[in-house]
Amino acid sequence: MLFQPINRNYHDFSIVRDKDLCINCKVCVRQCSYEAHFWDETRQKVMHDNAKCVGCHRCEALCPTSALLIQKKRSDFKDNALWRPEFLKYIYKQADTGGVLLTGMGSPVNIPVYWDKLLLDASQVTNPSIDPLREPMELKTFLGSKPDKLEFSKTKDGSAKLKTKLAPQIELNYPIMFSAMSFGSINFNLHVAMARAATELGICYNTGEGGLHKSLYKYGKNTIVQVASGRFGVHRDYLNAGAGIEIKVGQGAKPGIGGHLPGEKINAMVSETRMVPLGSDAISPAPHHDIYSIEDLHQLIFALKEASEYRVPVSVKIAAVHNVAAIASGIVRAGADIVAIDGVRGGTGAAPGMIRDNVGIPIELALAQVDQRLRDEGIRNRASIVAAGGTRCSADVIKAIALGADACYIATSALISVGCTLCAKCYTGKCPWGIATNDARLAKRQNPDVAAQKMVNLVRAWGHEIEEMLGGMGLNSIESLRGNRDKLRAVGLTDTEMDILGVKHAGR
Amino acid sequence: MKRVYPNKDFCIGCHICELACLTAHSKSKDLILAYTVERGESGLSSCKHVHEGGPTCVALSCRHCDEPSCVAACISGALQKDPETGRTVYDREKCVGCWSCLMACPFGAIARHPLEAKIVKCDLCHDRPGGPACVAACPNKALKQEER
Repeated sequence: MLFQPINRNYHDFSIVRDKDLCINCKVCVRQCSYEAHFWDETRQKVMHDNAKCVGCHRCEALCPTSALLIQKKRSDFKDNALWRPEFLKYIYKQADTGGVLLTGMGSPVNIPVYWDKLLLDASQVTNPSIDPLREPMELKTFLGSKPDKLEFSKTKDGSAKLKTKLAPQIELNYPIMFSAMSFGSINFNLHVAMARAATELGICYNTGEGGLHKSLYKYGKNTIVQVASGRFGVHRDYLNAGAGIEIKVGQGAKPGIGGHLPGEKINAMVSETRMVPLGSDAISPAPHHDIYSIEDLHQLIFALKEASEYRVPVSVKIAAVHNVAAIASGIVRAGADIVAIDGVRGGTGAAPGMIRDNVGIPIELALAQVDQRLRDEGIRNRASIVAAGGTRCSADVIKAIALGADACYIATSALISVGCTLCAKCYTGKCPWGIATNDARLAKRQNPDVAAQKMVNLVRAWGHEIEEMLGGMGLNSIESLRGNRDKLRAVGLTDTEMDILGVKHAGR
Repeated sequence: MKRVYPNKDFCIGCHICELACLTAHSKSKDLILAYTVERGESGLSSCKHVHEGGPTCVALSCRHCDEPSCVAACISGALQKDPETGRTVYDREKCVGCWSCLMACPFGAIARHPLEAKIVKCDLCHDRPGGPACVAACPNKALKQEER
């Protein structure tokens, strides 16, 4: 710790280099954007500084001789159930800096994951299960407002004709979309990859709040354009570029606060797309300054519908917070065609750690309550529900649908598919995996050809699994599972939790 | 003919292609031995080199040109154009180490052997079943072997 702050040695990871395997080829030196590995000219070998390691595993993944192991630092503080090591480290850090603790990605804290406490049903004897490899299985999903009733008229030749005018819909081949990640927070290569993957899959990706680069307008049929409090990159062409418009009110990782894209991340392309000066911080205010009530939201929704000539559905995205059901009801009554709810485990490119880990509620509870409230009020058909925040696998998706979601937004899993290891250092802009960075040297680590294929593979794989699970339940359409909570049973939950989720305990 | 094309937009400068090339052309076919032993003892070196300038990097090796300047410059007939495969082939036995080819190559893709009066040049891994080792090893698919 010579010449260093006194707490520098309390780092999180240790780099273990196998001397028999390391050939000093410097691949790790070139890969580490935090300079944890370095070439020691005097010793003529690769050395490392454990204190700089963020645990991203990039070096471990690319080491051609598998000589590297990244592990948690072994030294433990004295056991203490209250003063766990992370709290000590937070205090040391804040005592040094006086600043807010920043972090990235979704919350790692031990908030109950209700997906793990919910089990799916399957058919046995009395009702046949379906083999999706032999019989058709429908995952097609339409997002948007559905009519209260359908009216038909008779044509001259006696056949029926639909009289009801249907609201615009977003058509998805899978009940999955890539969630909002702005151009700026992630780089252009990944926006290209998401756009291509969504197009190939027949689903949508969301631009996030950073606007849409002109060169990606051609993927518009598979794009949802977002309008957030900073209004970055919002103009008429942008609003008309996508298959849907989303008003972002809140984000699961940081409900109640805005965003801050540091000036270092604003390169020429980001600046042009966001319509902000080069190198200047892009700050999204905490609230929309024109939304202070449901009536104000109504005005914005219809302003956007007017701007897009009522061709596309308008979504409103909120963070899952207390009273989310009442808020969602207001949103639907304000005219939203889709309500997207982002749970407490949703990811972010940068958020204060205290907010990420302590504000908001789990998506499972929020989703079940919103679905129930809209049903009780008889307005469930007026809007689709999209669940977001910590969807880890196809089982989470299918459970979300059984709880009442029309589709799921995935973002963290999409990033993991292209290499992310959840080191949570997105806010530094030095992502060694080339994801949350606009540094030209790092961003090119994401080849859109490779990344798009990985995302496509992931969603296709989940699609197969969803079909298998649906078939097992004797269902041949995802539509038959929507809000069908009878297909879910809880294990180890309290009566209150089961009441909120609207599910019975296993065995009942 | 199928050539190895680098894509500078997605070359991440990891130099793993060089290690793959080294291993593919080693006696042991073992990266650790090739890099730590054979490199020093027999002057084993990579036919491919990653060139860097600012954020841009690109892995270069012999282009196997249609009308190779190196073949025209070779005084001993060690470099020849194979009419069947299109490869620019190198006969080590014939090479006298005059370096005329080094001077002639417009891509700087030929290197001197570090110990002997010979050259080091890409052979497209013609006897390797999986095709060029560098292409197989590139972690970002920035090297492609294709017809263009």
